[in-house]
Amino acid sequence: MSGTENQMTGAEIVLQALRDNGVEHIFGYPGGAVLPIYDEIHQQDDIQHILVRHEQGAGHMAEGYARSTGKVGVMLVTSGPGATNAVTPLQDALMDSIPLVCISGQVPTPLIGSDAFQECDTVGITRPCTKHNWLVKDVNDLARIIHEAFRIAQSGRPGPVVVDIPKDVQFATGTYTPPSAVPTQKSYQPKKQGDLKKIEEAVELMRNARQPIIYSGGGVINSGPEASHLLRELVELTGFPITSTLMGLGAYPASGKAWLGMLGMHGTYEANMAMHDCDVMVCIGARFDDRITGRLNAFSPNSKKIHIDIDPSSINKNVRVDVPILGDVGTVLEDMVRLWRAASKSADKTRLSDWWETITKWRARNSLAYAPNDDVIMPQYAIQRLYELSKGRDTYITTEVGQHQMWAAQFFGFEQPNRWMTSGGLGTMGYGFPAAIGVQVAHPNSLVVDIAGDASIQMCIQEMSCAVQYGLPVKIFILNNQYMGMVRQWQQLLHGNRLSHSYTEAMPDFVKLAEAYGGVGIRCEKPSELDAAIRQMIDTPAPVIFDCRVANLANCFPMIPSGKAHNEMLLPDEATDEAVANAIDAKGRQLV
Amino acid sequence: MNAHLQPTGSAYFIAKETELAETHTLSVLVDNEPGVLARVIGLFSGRGYNIESLTVSETEHEAHLSRITIVTRGTPHVLDQIKNQLERLVPVHRVVDLTVRAAGLGHDRPIERELALVKVHGSGDHRVEALRLADAFRASVIDANIDHFVFEITGKPSKIEQFIAIMKPLGLIEVCRTGIAAMNRGPQGM
Ligand SMILES: Cc1ncc(C[n+]2csc(CCOP(=O)(O)OP(=O)(O)O)c2C)c(N)n1
Ligand SMILES: [Mg+2]
Repeated sequence: MSGTENQMTGAEIVLQALRDNGVEHIFGYPGGAVLPIYDEIHQQDDIQHILVRHEQGAGHMAEGYARSTGKVGVMLVTSGPGATNAVTPLQDALMDSIPLVCISGQVPTPLIGSDAFQECDTVGITRPCTKHNWLVKDVNDLARIIHEAFRIAQSGRPGPVVVDIPKDVQFATGTYTPPSAVPTQKSYQPKKQGDLKKIEEAVELMRNARQPIIYSGGGVINSGPEASHLLRELVELTGFPITSTLMGLGAYPASGKAWLGMLGMHGTYEANMAMHDCDVMVCIGARFDDRITGRLNAFSPNSKKIHIDIDPSSINKNVRVDVPILGDVGTVLEDMVRLWRAASKSADKTRLSDWWETITKWRARNSLAYAPNDDVIMPQYAIQRLYELSKGRDTYITTEVGQHQMWAAQFFGFEQPNRWMTSGGLGTMGYGFPAAIGVQVAHPNSLVVDIAGDASIQMCIQEMSCAVQYGLPVKIFILNNQYMGMVRQWQQLLHGNRLSHSYTEAMPDFVKLAEAYGGVGIRCEKPSELDAAIRQMIDTPAPVIFDCRVANLANCFPMIPSGKAHNEMLLPDEATDEAVANAIDAKGRQLV
Repeated sequence: MNAHLQPTGSAYFIAKETELAETHTLSVLVDNEPGVLARVIGLFSGRGYNIESLTVSETEHEAHLSRITIVTRGTPHVLDQIKNQLERLVPVHRVVDLTVRAAGLGHDRPIERELALVKVHGSGDHRVEALRLADAFRASVIDANIDHFVFEITGKPSKIEQFIAIMKPLGLIEVCRTGIAAMNRGPQGM
């Protein structure tokens, strides 16, 4: 520090601003344009830097860290290729509403626009995949911008932001402004409080409902633990059945008696049927995504719809709703629970008994059933065993993308929020393993398992080196079916079972691979040996790759085939080869 | 269960559009900071919305606020989305659909004006006729030589369209239009 108290270099400002925003860990990779910041990192102990092996890994780690803690995840990358490698996790975080601050280096200001070495238009490239981004041209703006970046990343609907800092700005000396001295921007002021009139209207609808359902989503998790608590209270008070999107699992416990399981394309029969036949739908922090609604013009045709969301652009986007409530889920639920208590002292729960009877019949269809096998491990069975054997532990689950992801969502029961990290919106293969590392950094003593596919895991496998370096005992549990199973399933359904490029020849030996990285490899091929092998994995205090050889050609059911309505699901016991082959017509084939 | 039912579209269900498209004029108040126009335009191109006209200029210098006027076309549902998506951008302060506001005030449409520079080349009768018509349209001559005029014309876009169409056979060389500036009638601000 030179001169007065608050004079610092840009690089010092970065570290001070991170500290003042409560940052303890950052995930990054060095390069020429961020060397001044790395020099500062080297000279302090407050913030731990985790060195990744690929910038995509840094982004997903920051996402896993953020989602499992509710804090903002921070990544640091160099200019040019460092920044372009960050694009996938930025878009991933945008679609799944994960608060992320990405700090990138940039070539010195006088060289911007000259096609300098490792230059790219970072703010241009990341504009559509961030909530907001900044190119900092004056060191005196740097502290303010970083504080704003943290505010924007975590307020309203959370999301990723990028702060691009040219190298000369990192070297320049300027004034540090603490967060308290930065006035909040006038333009971006998301509304937390919901309109009381609308909430009253909603409660009135709910009171008179005979076939209601609560459909909750990732917004409940994002709103914080209090929102999940209030959601549980609302379910308890109203006696309504509840289903959730992929992103919302854990907000309501899977063991709860009102739980119908996940809804949507691979959701349960009872959840989708209840959505279709309900008379009042209460959508809480979800966004009527196309994997949820199926055929839009057949989506829950006879219901009045209530939608609570903090993002006005999510309301009436895909589905017209009757009572939109704009606001933070937690804040709105607080009002809703209060109004319900006041209005429904004499609530007649028997009015829902017919509805629950119908639901019980749907449940009895047992839509997640699969044919057990003594010789080969069924993938569903593997998840069930992992779930049973990890019960009672402090467990966090991440996934890659594919069939294994859906099976994990169907068969692993989540009891608490923030325990389930998966790439829902973007569907990014390669997400799960780095996300698990991020979770493990935040929760060093917990059991963190990436439920992976054999293809997905190869997309960010290099982070084994990172896990080993920091002694992070992450478990990779691969449902190895030798195929890009989800692609193969769609090819079977849509393309006459012509399995074009969905089989992985030359699969690596995952056990040797683990050992090559300095981790532990375990292979299991028999159902009878599975429990012991899973126990061994859980008890290993080091990174493990578990190569779980499962039935190669299992399909993920139930499934709402392309372009069908919720009440037109394909159930496992009806999914004969013929039904599967005819499930989707030519028109459906053009799309996905 | 119902695999025999009539199959339809896809998981990406693309509904037939039944609403009719309308043309609306939006006023967007933004912080005049680097990249703000790129954000607005990128939102339109990225989400497949139309821009028929766009004008932008700083209108409040001390507050560094710019006003962007966008004429866009879409169904009422899409127009609603456009407004909501614009409001999500961090530097955006306000978005007002002037066309909706005008209807609320009992007006046909907001005040919409445009300026155009129109260059016409010709001699003899054509030249006389061009000058006569310019006069009728209250266009003023801002540059001329013995064989050309540059007219400046202000007015509703329809008037400008008409003027340009009339000048075509009279030797129209080039046109430059500012795009639409718009606000609502009455004493209230946006
Ligand atoms: C980066 C990326 N590329 C391609 C895809 C398309 N995709 C979705 S699932 C899948 C196959 C995944 O295979 P695997 O990881 O083995 O999982 P499985 O379905 O077999 O469980 C592919 C290629 C994707 N989601 N992400
Ligand atoms: Mg596979």
